[in-house]
Amino acid sequence: MNIAVDLATVWAFIIAFAVFVYVVMDGFDLGLGILFPLFPEKHDRDVIMNSVAPVWDGNETWLVLGGGGLMAAFPLAYAVLMPALYTPMIVMLLGLVFRGVAFEFRWRTTKAQNRWDIAFFGGSLLATLAQGIALGAILQGVHVEGRHYAGGWWDWLTPFSILTGVSLVIGYSLLGATWLVMKTEGELRDRAYHLSWIFLLAMLGAIGAVSIATPFLHVEYTHRWFAWPNVLLTAQVPITVAVITVLLLRSLANKYDYQPFFLALALFALSYAGLGISMYPYIVPQSITIWQAAAPANSQLFMLFGVAVLIPLILGYTAWAYWVFRGKVKPESGYH
Amino acid sequence: MFEGWDAVVLARAQFAFTMSFHIIFPAFSIGLASYLAVLEALWLWTGREVYINLFNYWLKIFAVAFGMGVVSGIVMSYQFGTNWSAFSDKVGPVIGPLMAYEVLTAFFLEAGFLGVMLFGLKRVGPKLHFLATLMVAIGTLISAFWILSANSWMQTPAGHTINADGQFIAADWLKVIFNPSFPYRLVHMVLAAYLTTALVVGAVGAWHLLRDRHLAGPRVMFSMAMWMATLVAPLQILAGDQHGLNTLEHQPVKIMAMEGHFQSHKDGAPLILFGLPNQSASRVDYAVEVPKLGSVILKHSPDAPMAGLDTVPRENWPPVAIAFWSFRIMVGMGLLMLALGMFSLLMRLQGKLYDSRLLHLFAVAMAPAGFIAVLAGWITTEVGRQPFTVYGLLRTTESASPLAAPAVASSLIAFIIVYFAVFAAGVIYLLRLMAAPPHPGEEGPSHEAPIRTAGITPATQGAPS
Repeated sequence: MNIAVDLATVWAFIIAFAVFVYVVMDGFDLGLGILFPLFPEKHDRDVIMNSVAPVWDGNETWLVLGGGGLMAAFPLAYAVLMPALYTPMIVMLLGLVFRGVAFEFRWRTTKAQNRWDIAFFGGSLLATLAQGIALGAILQGVHVEGRHYAGGWWDWLTPFSILTGVSLVIGYSLLGATWLVMKTEGELRDRAYHLSWIFLLAMLGAIGAVSIATPFLHVEYTHRWFAWPNVLLTAQVPITVAVITVLLLRSLANKYDYQPFFLALALFALSYAGLGISMYPYIVPQSITIWQAAAPANSQLFMLFGVAVLIPLILGYTAWAYWVFRGKVKPESGYH
Repeated sequence: MFEGWDAVVLARAQFAFTMSFHIIFPAFSIGLASYLAVLEALWLWTGREVYINLFNYWLKIFAVAFGMGVVSGIVMSYQFGTNWSAFSDKVGPVIGPLMAYEVLTAFFLEAGFLGVMLFGLKRVGPKLHFLATLMVAIGTLISAFWILSANSWMQTPAGHTINADGQFIAADWLKVIFNPSFPYRLVHMVLAAYLTTALVVGAVGAWHLLRDRHLAGPRVMFSMAMWMATLVAPLQILAGDQHGLNTLEHQPVKIMAMEGHFQSHKDGAPLILFGLPNQSASRVDYAVEVPKLGSVILKHSPDAPMAGLDTVPRENWPPVAIAFWSFRIMVGMGLLMLALGMFSLLMRLQGKLYDSRLLHLFAVAMAPAGFIAVLAGWITTEVGRQPFTVYGLLRTTESASPLAAPAVASSLIAFIIVYFAVFAAGVIYLLRLMAAPPHPGEEGPSHEAPIRTAGITPATQGAPS
């Protein structure tokens, strides 16, 4: 154990944290886009947009930190994974372009507003699907030779990656629906409850399907999850999922405002922990470990100072921005 | 072999295309964020309503431009990996941390306070709101600091070593960050952003003055913008000259390409004003040149010898015609800005700033000049760095991802279609916002009805109106 080893582990957690914060924050944000067609009335759409307009930009900055941080802290992993995920990445970026501009563009036109609503939905759906597919493609492993990706540009496309893509669409929809429960009132909220039920059941199915499929990808994954005594620890994950599910069902039945969203986030956190259990210590599964991919210690150390000081500060003022726009979005909105 | 070469050219085209689209928005929003901070400060200080009207007017424009900058910027942060993976692996340990610091110190700051800046005046009150505006403005400048440091390091690498895996490693972070060309490039780019914004603001002001020269808002913004042109255009020419001398010291080949100096000149190089650089024949066809002036400008002595591209191996030549022409376009725009600044000063001294139709027409025509100059300047410096990504150390051909040409070709076509469709619409919305004059009681970009509940500070409370 030298200092570089410790730094690589610390950085693996930092990158994992950035990606998780991204999933937490942009997850509901993209989910609202996916749910958009289910709310055809202009008034509802305005409320949905307003519930997230002040914060979407900050949410997506975590994605930039995830990408930029990966390049800086694990350049080899970034250099291998990005070409391997070429098509999903490009699709995600283009999807984010469409949905990002829709936040402002749809208020600037009445004639073409419907067009930007479609862009918001389509962009959100494509970006989410691409993120889920990328996740599946990473889990199933990529073909590496030397320091380069050596596979083709369609290797990512498998039934498993499609499964993870669809699962993420379901998951983000659940986050979006429970966000609306928290942020809206009246009839809009009632429909959000209804959707939360549907997407929660779908999410449970998705978690089950991905959990069953993952061990078949690599014998390593099976070993990691089911070998004695690992199973004593790994079994905590599905048990906690069951507990959270019961709490979530109860909070929906009791029509609580805040609990469903945060319990849905807890479900995400558990799925994410499961992912970590499968992958660690690989950053490119079964090919490159975090230590092999790590940038030289002085690069990781240089950034660690910044992260230690700035991340708490960032979380602080981000929380303030959410606090400023707290509470239900007022229904009498609509200047345009 | 052919396919591999082709994929690199396509990847370069894709980077150039997405970068050129992206740079337009930050160039505008860096200047506009500072302008908004100044307007809000003037409103808080003087209490004159015209300032808050102008603030809200330009804030709506800022919101649209900033959104486009964000989404085109996310693309850039992933392009390094998707298309330039070998570069990312080798150079990531040095420029990765610089970009990570840009995200941590700048992007989060901008994004975190943008929501309050756009929609929060009625919720947080004028003082906290001004703080948010200030944070966004400072964020744009910090962002320029880091990204220009990273770019400058690729132009004039310093403070690094190379490890066994062929990766660049920082030996001295201060030398990496403050590499030789960075201070010049930073000053040149920030001034460019301010000028670009000033020209847009001035053109919008002039456009409305052409219709009605008594409008309060357009008069104020036109006067402010013309002050910027008068003061900053000469400064920018000075900064550009110093940047050029720095380039001559550290990247002489780039200067040879910009000047079209294929041959060495032992006793004074001419300044080629115009001509058609002919790279294969190593000469400038139909050159119009002033003898000795090249040496006067670059060496401050008419007989100073200047080496030409004939002293450099051909495989290290950048594409001469592109650097030559883009440089002339940039300089031409700079001289026009200087002319506008001086003309407006003359009219101001004669008391005709708001009356001279000729000045207003000139200012309207100059609206895109800043964008053209910024793009031309970036093309000059980036094309002049070729055929390297890290100047003199890492070739562009060794930097690309191992991708099949069809993959890159498809993504390039997708970017072109999407960017033209999306950003053309954005530009139309921006022009539509600018076409209406600012009016008394101008609303901000808030999509909500005003909050009437007692207990939440209304905009007017505590602030002069």
